[in-house]
Amino acid sequence: MKNDIILAGVGGQGILSIAAAIGLAAVNHNLYIKQSEVHGMSQRGGDVQSHLRISDAPIASDLIPAGKADLIISVEPMEALRYLPMLAATGWVVTNTVPFNNIPDYPETEEILANVNAVKNHIAIDAEAIAKEVGSARSMNIVMLGAASLFLDIPFERIEEGIRQLFGKKGDDVVELNLKALRAGREYSEKNR
Amino acid sequence: MSKLLLLGDEAIAQGAIDAGLSGLYAYPGTPSTEIMEFVQGSKQAAELNIHRQWSANEKTAMESAIGMSYAGKRAMVCFKHVGLNVAADAFINASVTGVNGGLIVVSADDPSMHSSQNEQDSRFYAKFAMIPILEPANQQECYDMAYYGFELSEKMNVPVMLRITTRMAHSRAGVQRKEVRNQNGIKLPSDPRQFVLLPAIARKNYKNLLLNQPAMEAESEKSPFNAYIQGSNTEMGIIATGIAYNYLMENYPDRKCPYPIVKVNQYPLPKKQIAELYNTCKSVMVLEEGYPIVEEMIKGYLNVGKPVHGRLDGTLPRDGELNPNIVAKALGMTVTEGQAIPSIVKQRPPSLCQGCGHRDVYEDLNEAMKEYGTGRVFADIGCYTLGALPPFNAINSCVDMGASITMAKGAADAGLVPAVAIIGDSTFTHSGMTGLLDAVNENAPITVIISDNSTTGMTGGQDSSAHGRLVEICKGLGVHPDHIRVMVPLKKNHEENVRIMKEELAYQGISVLIPQRECIQTLARRKKTEKKESND
Repeated sequence: MKNDIILAGVGGQGILSIAAAIGLAAVNHNLYIKQSEVHGMSQRGGDVQSHLRISDAPIASDLIPAGKADLIISVEPMEALRYLPMLAATGWVVTNTVPFNNIPDYPETEEILANVNAVKNHIAIDAEAIAKEVGSARSMNIVMLGAASLFLDIPFERIEEGIRQLFGKKGDDVVELNLKALRAGREYSEKNR
Repeated sequence: MSKLLLLGDEAIAQGAIDAGLSGLYAYPGTPSTEIMEFVQGSKQAAELNIHRQWSANEKTAMESAIGMSYAGKRAMVCFKHVGLNVAADAFINASVTGVNGGLIVVSADDPSMHSSQNEQDSRFYAKFAMIPILEPANQQECYDMAYYGFELSEKMNVPVMLRITTRMAHSRAGVQRKEVRNQNGIKLPSDPRQFVLLPAIARKNYKNLLLNQPAMEAESEKSPFNAYIQGSNTEMGIIATGIAYNYLMENYPDRKCPYPIVKVNQYPLPKKQIAELYNTCKSVMVLEEGYPIVEEMIKGYLNVGKPVHGRLDGTLPRDGELNPNIVAKALGMTVTEGQAIPSIVKQRPPSLCQGCGHRDVYEDLNEAMKEYGTGRVFADIGCYTLGALPPFNAINSCVDMGASITMAKGAADAGLVPAVAIIGDSTFTHSGMTGLLDAVNENAPITVIISDNSTTGMTGGQDSSAHGRLVEICKGLGVHPDHIRVMVPLKKNHEENVRIMKEELAYQGISVLIPQRECIQTLARRKKTEKKESND
């Protein structure tokens, strides 16, 4: 088994928390993992990406080859499109639909979403609205993780366990809130697949 | 012991701690910063009382590490590739002094320039200094090489370079730890003049360094980090260094490459294995992350031997980092990419944070500079370099740490008056102070703006060596107190700040403006910690 995942977003949107949660779940499930991150200059409001690879066999490259990614998880819709050359023909795009507009020439949201809808396998989710519904807009990235979890070869309980580990230090309330966000995202994908 | 999930940088830090590290010295720079950050956050390092404070710059870091090695203890120094330029004087001479306690120099290269002004290859420096290089291909090797590097350094009596690149530094994987070794005790060098590089002693030391070269080569030939991997197809042999090996193997899902391979992770090159590959195969392909340094060596100036393929003959791109697809194309494999990027996708360059003080400084400066026109602002390395981009378009240079002040002075010497330098507080204490002294000594008609956010912002908010003493430092260097002007870069102060800037721009001598406002990132973090502490 192997899952090659591109995580995409804008610096500061929390893609590394998604990566960390999946990473913990993978390690707990005795899988090999390699996860490459972007640090430094691009973190200042630029586009950021992380290559996350999990497998039951040793992994060679830290970078996913173009055209081989099984999944793009993007917390921003235009950023989801930026990595389409990485996606395999059978791969899935799971993206948030709420734009992060910090540039003067950001395209119309409808145009962006039309391009997302043109991808064969996609889940487009208003993760911000769902996060607010379950209690906090800040858990948007965990809603995204929940929505994407359907396409990971890791049991859902392991991902829940990863969330508990990741947020454990912040107290039970924060853990519960994020578990709710995770389940809400998962439910959305199950219904809209 | 269960595996730890560590970045390459973090694995190096943990490996060094477990190998009996006594002191880490560093100046922040992407992609090396997380090594020091990991040690600073390590409970184990605190209990062992390992030195782990940031240095003012890479040269002071390198020299402190040499000092710790002189005293017999194991020391490590870390910086990004261009930081090695700053440390180069000390670095090169340390191979002539030799070491006492083991000394590892970690240099983190940034091919493709993700966060850098060039993509120089640190392996050239190590070759220049004639010392061994360890170049890990995975996080476990990062740990193992940091652990082993001290031993190699002590055995060979030279510093050892640990060379990584961006993808190695910032990628995470499982790492298995080894037994924790005790730190060395204090022990002076057996020869009290070993570190005295007077010509007569230096000549003797240098001869020893030259005599030592075959021993270093022999270490590489028997190193477990290097390997000759058999292959059935001898049409071609492949030399794969560092993480290039991963990109090669990625293209063989069963991990069986038909060509013989020499996997190189320790230098000087293992001559025996390289010769065997060359003699066995009809041609050679060299895969290396960085400059074509190994390729050039194998090929030779006249290129008269067997065909050698790599970055120099266009088989691989001459610049930029490698990836699995680039290597696949070099091997003649077909690469299928996914869909093209839709044309509506726009570039999203990095930008100064909303609410950042540098933004206000540039708004003030652009207004104050209107009467003089554009082309007079020399900037430096840091977040404020983003002032080159819209909407500010405010700066005209970014060359190296500290160059803003000295370039402004040179331009003013040429008659470009007024000339302006803009530099951050951390960059100023790194390499700006000596340049300011030059300007003071000639009372150069330049205006220096030290945009003080009280941190090293671009790398994520590490301590700045200024520690709130910029006014005192400038006074001490001889700037007249009347021309040291502190201001607060906020919208409400715009008019007053513009007025002050205009006054100092008109002054025909050296003046220093210090807009002071804490970095909004470190401020937010501090507020969060304070809130948490008051709740606990």
